[in-house]
Amino acid sequence: MKTKIANWGNYPVIESKEERFVFADQLDTLIKDQQPFIARGNGRCYGDASLSARTISTLKFDKVLSFNADAGFFECQSGITLDQILAVIVPKGWFLPVTPGTKFITIGGALASDVHGKNHHVDGSISNHVIEFDMVLASDEVVTCSPVNNSELFEATCGGMGLTGVITRVKFRLKKIETSLIRQKQVKAANLQELIELFDTYKDYTYSVAWIDCLKKGAHFGRSILILGEHATIAEVNENQRSNPLALPVNKQIVFPINMPGWVLNKFTVKAFNFLYYAKNLKKEINNIVSYEPFFYPLDKVLHWNRLYGKKGFVQYQFVLPLNARQGLVEIMNRISDEGLGSFLAVLKVFGKQESMISFPKEGYTLALDFPIRKGLLDFLDELDELVLKYNGRLYMSKDARMKPQMLTGGYPELEKFKSIIKRYNPDGKIRSVQSDRLLLTEIK
Amino acid sequence: METVLILGATSDIGIAIAKKFAAQKYNIQLAARKAEQLVAIKSDIEIRYNVECTAHEFDAIHYHTHTSFFENLNPKPDITISIFGAMYEEDNAFDEWDLTQMMINVNYTGVVSILNIAAKFYTGRKKGTIIGISSVAGDRGRASKLIYGSSKAALSAYLDGLRNKCFKDNVHVMTVKPGFVYTRMTENLPLPKALTSTPDEVADIIYSAFKSKKNTIYIKWFWRYIMLIIKNIPEFQFKKMKL
Repeated sequence: MKTKIANWGNYPVIESKEERFVFADQLDTLIKDQQPFIARGNGRCYGDASLSARTISTLKFDKVLSFNADAGFFECQSGITLDQILAVIVPKGWFLPVTPGTKFITIGGALASDVHGKNHHVDGSISNHVIEFDMVLASDEVVTCSPVNNSELFEATCGGMGLTGVITRVKFRLKKIETSLIRQKQVKAANLQELIELFDTYKDYTYSVAWIDCLKKGAHFGRSILILGEHATIAEVNENQRSNPLALPVNKQIVFPINMPGWVLNKFTVKAFNFLYYAKNLKKEINNIVSYEPFFYPLDKVLHWNRLYGKKGFVQYQFVLPLNARQGLVEIMNRISDEGLGSFLAVLKVFGKQESMISFPKEGYTLALDFPIRKGLLDFLDELDELVLKYNGRLYMSKDARMKPQMLTGGYPELEKFKSIIKRYNPDGKIRSVQSDRLLLTEIK
Repeated sequence: METVLILGATSDIGIAIAKKFAAQKYNIQLAARKAEQLVAIKSDIEIRYNVECTAHEFDAIHYHTHTSFFENLNPKPDITISIFGAMYEEDNAFDEWDLTQMMINVNYTGVVSILNIAAKFYTGRKKGTIIGISSVAGDRGRASKLIYGSSKAALSAYLDGLRNKCFKDNVHVMTVKPGFVYTRMTENLPLPKALTSTPDEVADIIYSAFKSKKNTIYIKWFWRYIMLIIKNIPEFQFKKMKL
């Protein structure tokens, strides 16, 4: 039975036959079927990476297999969400070593995207914390991969968008915490120059990210709020919090009820939103203790916030430029500002060093923006692509729904190696997605 | 802490019920035909909910093993929940006796065999709860659910009788009649969204009905009325209908 599915950006929407498995032998049967497919978790990548005419859902393959609460090792099936993992590990004094801005993704998806978090400059991406994983190949063979065992396949799978096989089991290291709270510092920056300096001043903070108003021009170009954090120690929290330091946050979720009409989001409303967001921090610097939830997952509080962008959906554009290409950052932000193409969210983060085959992060500045789908947007993004390439940058495949193959080739120097590995392990393109066909990672049949 | 035995623990509803009771701090005994499939469910429940969880091999149609299966449970469960069932394509079942027999043997004979044993234990102890999952398909025989429906009808009648028999010994028997549920059994059927429940909803409803000692429950209240209407269609009319 085919149904319409889309990922988080609601663009594109395709017809797909969704199948699922609870046990390994059921997956086996599904893979033996000749029909091409892609594995799909919670559908929280933004674009078309986990879309295909046939999708195999991992969501029911979600069991916790082992948890060593002394040493901090966690082993689970691939369809479990970070949300569910946190519910198990936080009360025992552990945290995810790396987490992206939503906890509603599966661990398998996290690995296939090799997600990064606010601590990339100190802790790298999720694959740096993986001890080993199991994967079922297109041939139906099960392999165990680790940084030393089947290391090439390991590397091609981390960030490989599910094209090497179906990840089924992941074992990884956790991070020790004393409390479930975060000691947060927010610092206002009047412009981009100041923000970059602040990033440097506070580079020793474990977590850092900046919200940036990219529509502001002149002296306030790039005005922003830098958000920094550390896991709070017992000594740092108050009496009340000390009584139950590892408490899970109380879930009060708001559901964004409808798709917003397209006209609501325009230059003026976005400007007003950005003004209010910036102005809500009255002081130059705020220091406080907050739960991990609003710190790491501010948007998860609003379920279906993607409806904000209306029925046509949106694309997220996330690129990284090397540290020496700050001029490129300015140029790209200027182009966006000139165009007046609004984005509520512009998030800037400085990545630390990372050398990998197909993962997105590399040392430099990464900026993520949302653009609601509208006429002329795709052409405009093609234009931005040229700037990103000119400054030796690249795009994040997990957020992509529209880049052209040459953009991928230009951004990822080891792409040919990645392609050759796909050819070896997925020779007939049995594992394929709308994205892999579009980017010529698998040949369209 | 009380213990819950779940017969048919690898089914979607079985897993959901196990999790629901574990979250309410019951120890769990998982039983299923493919015991190797229980390994991951067991570790998942132990780690997530900090309760004791054990796995047991149980085959509904190996009746002669049922007594020793129940005897080997230690501790004995305070609540026994039977969820297992078989549903094949009705047309195939009508043509092939093996399939017809299998459905009857799993859905009726197998349940009666194991629940008789549990009921004897509970009445002897003057305490216990039995929860049997039947189906709305058992409320009236229909062509499209000929064998499945009749096996569930027999099961519903058995559970009614068992409730009657065990009441005086302080043993409660609850009959559950789910309508459409999103499970592996139904995944290729185009189910009407408004009438269909998820396994988690089923588990929540069963748990609260168990707590308030309900007798027969329909998952989603309107199924009671849908089936009431279907039951009251006069036979001369009903037999001409495609249902």
